Amino acid sequence: MKYVDEFRTPELIAKAGEEIRKLAGPNRHYRIMEVCGGHTHAIYRFGLKDLMPSNVELIHGPGCPVCVLPMGRIDDGLSLAADPSFIFAAFGDMMRVPGTHGSPLEYKARGMDVRIVYSPADALKLARNNPEKHVIFFAIGFETTAPSTALTLMRAKSEGLHNFSVFCNHVTIIPAIRAILDSPDMRLDGFVGPGHVSTVIGCRPYHWIAQDAGKPVVVSGFEPLDILQSIVMLLRQLRLGEARVENQYKRVVPWEGNRAALRAMAEVFELRPYFEWRGLGFISQSALKIRASYTEWDSEQRFPVPGVRVTDPKAAQCGEVLKGVLKPAQCKLFGRECTPEQPVGALMVSSEGSCAAYYNYEHRKPVTIANAATA
Amino acid sequence: MCLAIPGKILELDSQNPMLALVEVVGVRRKVDLGLLQDEPPVPGDWVLIHVGFAMSKISAADAEDQMRTLMMLGEAEAALQEVRGYGLENEDREHLGQRQPS
Repeated sequence: MKYVDEFRTPELIAKAGEEIRKLAGPNRHYRIMEVCGGHTHAIYRFGLKDLMPSNVELIHGPGCPVCVLPMGRIDDGLSLAADPSFIFAAFGDMMRVPGTHGSPLEYKARGMDVRIVYSPADALKLARNNPEKHVIFFAIGFETTAPSTALTLMRAKSEGLHNFSVFCNHVTIIPAIRAILDSPDMRLDGFVGPGHVSTVIGCRPYHWIAQDAGKPVVVSGFEPLDILQSIVMLLRQLRLGEARVENQYKRVVPWEGNRAALRAMAEVFELRPYFEWRGLGFISQSALKIRASYTEWDSEQRFPVPGVRVTDPKAAQCGEVLKGVLKPAQCKLFGRECTPEQPVGALMVSSEGSCAAYYNYEHRKPVTIANAATA
Repeated sequence: MCLAIPGKILELDSQNPMLALVEVVGVRRKVDLGLLQDEPPVPGDWVLIHVGFAMSKISAADAEDQMRTLMMLGEAEAALQEVRGYGLENEDREHLGQRQPS
């Protein structure tokens, strides 16, 4: 009953579940994608899937930064860590993600200088405090995180700090959604839009999804009731044959986004012509590159990087799971060779990865609001 | 990865107005205000923090909601560990490298 007690409003949850069942006409199957990995985590954690009628299917999207990063990028970044004059700094989420020759944490165990930082600003501080070393910050994340890296690079430049550079893996969410919509094996009816990405980019960038692709988008918060309300809003639009962008997370997401953050990104980054995503392949203009005016702080331009392409371990089916073609448990390695303790693929590492979420909350099946209510 | 942590601005840094001391459930750390420069927060305001940068201003009630969401998601401890890990203080926090990943 643990999670039940934590809900402020169990009656509202039940009501939203009922509303979803009413709105989802029995003659139609609805496939709704939650784009953000944070929503995937919440959906499993709260057992929201169990509240859905059988004809409302929730498909997990690509919004987990460590999950979509191809192994070749990890290998490229770590290839620089072998130099004893370098410090390799990354967020904790990255530390257990496997590269071909081990994760950053395993590199650290082999004696390389690998540090966990909680902010790009702390990587910059490492550079200030270790003038004899070069600090590489291995940057990952969508538009939620990219502005912080941008500001950090602006600070490095204004301070004239030359022993710091960023190995940039920042990606942008809109081209990934476009790639999914263009994928012939993917039929979707609507999107639960990412919450914190939208605090930066606002709601306008989703308009084409409604107008051109004809799919409704509802930007959503992360509480169980937020997610259920967003699904209600999507089903209402679908029932009326509408496709609009709505903002369920108004308390945090301004329609226009955060202009200062967008300015910082525009100052430091430009779009890469293409970038490889795990599972989705190469997507045009889907990632950020450091501008020529910041070349000196771009690890890739400053140091020789092998630029390797690595296919995922043969038996792992991360790509199919990422695209929503396979459910996590349908992968041959799931729960056997690949577990959160011993991950083979990145989707098992991050709490936002659908495999880790499925393993922790579905495979081990805790008591959730849904099954507690019927118990 | 996309954790957004609610914190209360206690005071602005006297030497660098782009830094502020914030409190998150009793933990006090400096965060960067550079992403809110169009609408700089003042002491007493609540903000959502992501990787050491305040990214939006929110109401006190929404801050409470956000912390409860983190607790319900089982991420409150990870959020506090992140905040404790921010190293923008003057004191040397180079032991960061010894920490276990979250």
